[in-house]
Amino acid sequence: MGRDCRGTQGGGGLSWAVWAGVALLGGCGALARFGLTLFVTDRLHAHFPLGTLVVNLSGAFLLGLLAGAALDGDARLVLGAGALGSYTTFSTWMLETQRVGEAGRQKMAVANLVLSIVLGLGAVALGRLIGTQL
Amino acid sequence: MVDRLELGAIFLGGASGALLRAGLGDAFPAEGGEWPWVTFLVNVTGAALLGYWFTALPHTSYRRPLLTSGFCGALTTFSTVQLELLEMLDAGRIGLAFLYIAASVAAGLAGVWAATAAARRAEAA
Repeated sequence: MGRDCRGTQGGGGLSWAVWAGVALLGGCGALARFGLTLFVTDRLHAHFPLGTLVVNLSGAFLLGLLAGAALDGDARLVLGAGALGSYTTFSTWMLETQRVGEAGRQKMAVANLVLSIVLGLGAVALGRLIGTQL
Repeated sequence: MVDRLELGAIFLGGASGALLRAGLGDAFPAEGGEWPWVTFLVNVTGAALLGYWFTALPHTSYRRPLLTSGFCGALTTFSTVQLELLEMLDAGRIGLAFLYIAASVAAGLAGVWAATAAARRAEAA
């Protein structure tokens, strides 16, 4: 998937190639999330939704890296909004938290919220710090 | 063991969700450190939609991976929220950051809960 989908931006709106890149990497991001979640879940027979946490933390770290490296314009849109925006997920995080709580594991539900937020902030901050050194 | 059609459905849904989110973000750009309306609205809407479809759609249907792991998973985003929170903290707007994440989580959970209940009622009817 190492293709470069950036288009040249000739004033005004974004080129079709940029949107094609967002769609392509958006699709790939969703597949990567699906694959990694399955991989983690298969190896961990626990009630805690660790797969989504791993996906979200790694994605937050990588987005921090892009921000720290001051990548902007088309490349940032395709990689940040397209790939990483799609790879990480808010909806699954909410669904899994609600289902864990509904199953009577309220402490685990709260832990999933707090850990995601605190570690997510740490991951994006660390990514940005490393990104500025690149 | 890999179901290529399932993977294709996730890819298609993911591409659509990413396009919609990125398109809205391009149409209504948010300033760093300000309340990110697009992220907030796609996340809350996507969480409610996921709650409905995850509950209602049968495992035998390819609409399930298309709309759940694909579309809703990609329409909503976690990484962007974390970067937005970090930028709010950079700007010294700690109260705004707290309000943003609290409102996102509260509305997200409420949406999942209400949509799940609606889907279960529809199923029972």
